[in-house]
Amino acid sequence: MTKINWNNNPEITDDLVKEHGLSVDEHKLMIKILGRKPTLTELGIFSVMWSEHCSYKSSKLHLKTLPTEAPWVIHGPGENAGVIDIGDNQAAIFKMESHNHPSYIEPYQGAATGVGGILRDVFTMGARPIANMNALRFGSPEHPKTRHLLSGVVEGIGGYGNCVGVPTIGGETNFHPSYNGNILVNAMAVGLADQDKIFLSAAAGVGNPVIYVGSKTGRDGIHGATMASAEFTEDNEEKRPTVQVGDPFTEKLLIEACIELMSTDMVVAIQDMGAAGLTSSSVEMASGGGVGFTINLDNVPQREENMTPYEMMLSESQERMLVVLKPDRVGEAEAIFKKWDLDFAVIGEITETGNLTLLFEGKTVADIPTQPLADNSPEYDRPWIKTEIQPTIDAFDIPIPIDFRDTLLKMINSSDLSSREWIWQQYDHQVMADTIQIPGGDAAVVRVHGTNKALAISTDCTPRYCYADPFEGGKQAVAETWRNLTSVGAQPLAITDCLNFGNPERPDIMGQFVGAIEGIREACTVLDYPVISGNVSLYNETNGTGIHPTPAIGGVGLLKDSSKMITIAPKNEGDVIMLIGECTGHLGCSLYLNIIEGREEGAPPPVDLTLERKNGDFVRTQIQKRIITACHDVSDGGLFVTLSEMAMASGHGMEITINNGDIPIHAYGFGEDQARYVISVSPDNVKGIITAARDANVAIKNLGIVQGNTVNIKNTFTITLNELLDAHSTWMPKYMSNKD
Amino acid sequence: MKARIHITLKDGVLDPQGKAIQHALGTLGFSGVEGVRQGKYIEIDLAETDKSNAAETVEKMCKKLLSNMVIENYSITID
Amino acid sequence: MKSAVVTFPASNCNRDMFDALEKITGKTPYQIWHQDSEIPDVDLIALPGGFSFGDYLRCGAMAARSPAIKAIALHAERGGNVIGVCNGFQVLTEMGLLPGALMRNSSLKFVCKTVHLQVENTSTNFTNAYTKGQVIDIPIAHHDGNYFADEDTLKILETNGQIPFRYVSKEGNAIASANPNGSQNNIAGIINERGNVLGMMPHPERLIEDAQGGTDGRGFFESIINTLK
Repeated sequence: MTKINWNNNPEITDDLVKEHGLSVDEHKLMIKILGRKPTLTELGIFSVMWSEHCSYKSSKLHLKTLPTEAPWVIHGPGENAGVIDIGDNQAAIFKMESHNHPSYIEPYQGAATGVGGILRDVFTMGARPIANMNALRFGSPEHPKTRHLLSGVVEGIGGYGNCVGVPTIGGETNFHPSYNGNILVNAMAVGLADQDKIFLSAAAGVGNPVIYVGSKTGRDGIHGATMASAEFTEDNEEKRPTVQVGDPFTEKLLIEACIELMSTDMVVAIQDMGAAGLTSSSVEMASGGGVGFTINLDNVPQREENMTPYEMMLSESQERMLVVLKPDRVGEAEAIFKKWDLDFAVIGEITETGNLTLLFEGKTVADIPTQPLADNSPEYDRPWIKTEIQPTIDAFDIPIPIDFRDTLLKMINSSDLSSREWIWQQYDHQVMADTIQIPGGDAAVVRVHGTNKALAISTDCTPRYCYADPFEGGKQAVAETWRNLTSVGAQPLAITDCLNFGNPERPDIMGQFVGAIEGIREACTVLDYPVISGNVSLYNETNGTGIHPTPAIGGVGLLKDSSKMITIAPKNEGDVIMLIGECTGHLGCSLYLNIIEGREEGAPPPVDLTLERKNGDFVRTQIQKRIITACHDVSDGGLFVTLSEMAMASGHGMEITINNGDIPIHAYGFGEDQARYVISVSPDNVKGIITAARDANVAIKNLGIVQGNTVNIKNTFTITLNELLDAHSTWMPKYMSNKD
Repeated sequence: MKARIHITLKDGVLDPQGKAIQHALGTLGFSGVEGVRQGKYIEIDLAETDKSNAAETVEKMCKKLLSNMVIENYSITID
Repeated sequence: MKSAVVTFPASNCNRDMFDALEKITGKTPYQIWHQDSEIPDVDLIALPGGFSFGDYLRCGAMAARSPAIKAIALHAERGGNVIGVCNGFQVLTEMGLLPGALMRNSSLKFVCKTVHLQVENTSTNFTNAYTKGQVIDIPIAHHDGNYFADEDTLKILETNGQIPFRYVSKEGNAIASANPNGSQNNIAGIINERGNVLGMMPHPERLIEDAQGGTDGRGFFESIINTLK
């Protein structure tokens, strides 16, 4: 065994172990793996590798139950990002990841480095990033911090994404008091690669050089991974210096240099240094390939003086990558990084020991068997209790509004339903010149450069449903992305999930997690829509109050012929507006109940996945046949909000007649039943689509026509387009300009 | 030697950032803020030991890169 | 038409500009790296959008001191066409090939949206394919597009017809609400006195195909081709 240098090494006391977030049992396991007590550097390495953030110790057991395979899945979970086949030897590579805690402490840098991190996950695999998305949750608009956090997060996402030249093409933003002390910033990146040019992290080839490229290492973000795994208290706000600062300029150079490097055949393996930086990248590369790494820390490019091995291994400095090269190719590789003005250093080599051996000033400061470290990380079956089911609310018990006009205007002028233009105008959503559906519709769409194909992308989750019923909420989040992709004409292919929950050590929170996973599993199975990558963020709570369970889903779909893409905007006067799917008038857990009645209660709308699939497949087929000319799924706010959004997008009014039968009109208009779409078709195709729907056993109803410049729902309300647009567009700019 | 360079906007050039800071100070309750102009501060460590040589070099740096003479002024101190 | 696209570190619209030129001219443009001190003999040099050198110090400042800049200046001096879009416009002002400067947007925010531009002068190398007074839609995406020049310079630009593009309302009025960034006189683009160097903040290269939502950007490139006939 290597002789360890114990000089300057403090005694590893129980307190020190506890401070590193490791339990007594984990401490024992660490000693067993090493066959001796750890050095401080080793303790640091174990603590980050076994943190919740890196080890998924509370969630692993349940994540394993998710469907991850399909004929079109090339790489599922386990790599830096998931990979799917999109035809013609091309692959789409994507993942979503959280950067919640850092964004709460320092919103600009937290969000910016979140974007940087997820981009690296994607280009590490050989992909050129082609789209960014996000899913954001803030506290109540009335909370004193919300405005500052929203403004900083949006600027951070824009500041980073705009500079690297990857379009930010969409996302979603919610406000709810459960996020007052713990916002959620989930960033997704989608990249494009050739299938025979995909790079993985498993290292190989004893003697091959290990190369460090990118920015220099400083003391930033030390303990970021452990911070993301501990509950938040007000004191954490004092930990500001641990937040990393992003440098999108360097990231852009790194993207270009890595793509240039990977266009050659000299790369054996490559991995970005994300959370836990040099530690997790080297351990994952070594254990993944069943080899050892010897790293000479003196060769690590350093930004600050007198850095210790502990600090170097735990630093979360951004914009760094670790690469294993083929022997004798170092000179060629160095020339590429020199051209891009990036640091390049040979810091070690592959060994056959299976150990991560760290040298510093000529002495060994750590020597850890990587296989047990990575594979024997703790796995817990945390106790959980099932979330109590809420009673179903009877729509007849909810008062009918006196004035439907005011009601609708109030809803679309709310923090929940108002336009997000203020946000997405700060993102360059058109750079790369392939964006063919900009934010504001159901899904964003980018062309696959130089082809006639396009990718549709949507991020969704309805946390209030997940809170009321994690199982139905989990299903709904998946189903909504699937519907949104379908609405633009795309075939949904796969999802990435970003699971944001509270403290898993509390059985009720663990119950939410388990329920949501079950719901996601069922939806993915029925919809043939596997999970190919993801991230878990636990301990999202402040002073003992958890966030609403928020399993954010990012879905990706393919349009083989991008010219068949449609939007939510009907094109022509006289086109017929129709409803696909059934209205039962489900008001429980709806935005109507919340905004108009001030009540957050009741069971959420149940998601009948077989019906989802049947209706969605029908809609997609009719879009592909160019019968449906515009389509919008019915979700938050129900049918009346959906119709209003379509009218606003098109610049045309509508004449609508509602045959609500036994259902109260407000429940019909604002209920949030699932598996529904509003479509437009030309008058000539009405008969045909009704016949086709009947043949497919799909419910279809004629609602009215596109006409004039008012939305007129017969016997219910009449609102001009200008009134709608004014109510919809003004909430956020007004809110944000009210400086406090 | 250390050169300390202040770069400021010329009078008459609109400074939206300064305006925003002034507004923010006002809403925070600081009264009597009559104007805010925002600028840049740059520190350069020089190997040069002669002060006038250093000043000359830094002057060139300012003209060539560090300031945009269309909209900005600069001032240099060397110690 | 032969063209060249110059790439600086963290240019990010170089590919978009390259593609637009290739599609419209039918010829593959040269790709010039900022370290190249020579540029082949071309009819047009294009400086693309992006965040050259991270927009650090000032937008375009460090790019304007790159080795390739001398060759660009020489090309302009010989009467060759040079265009700068967005960050390219900022580089041209920092080089001194165009007067004035581009400052932080008056909203202090990055803004990405499609705006209306009026083509005021159709006798330039870059606008002759449009009709005088035509209102076109072109996307913008910038943080520093607020055009500033001193009064004398502005007067010269106005009297010489050196302002080919101005931000206007849908009806063609250069009003404050149509100005996305606080530019003086709603200026979206300017040309030099000789008429061979143009800088503009909007991105014509993003709107050259129906799939992108319109083709109003094509006229810009077609104009340059026309002048070579």
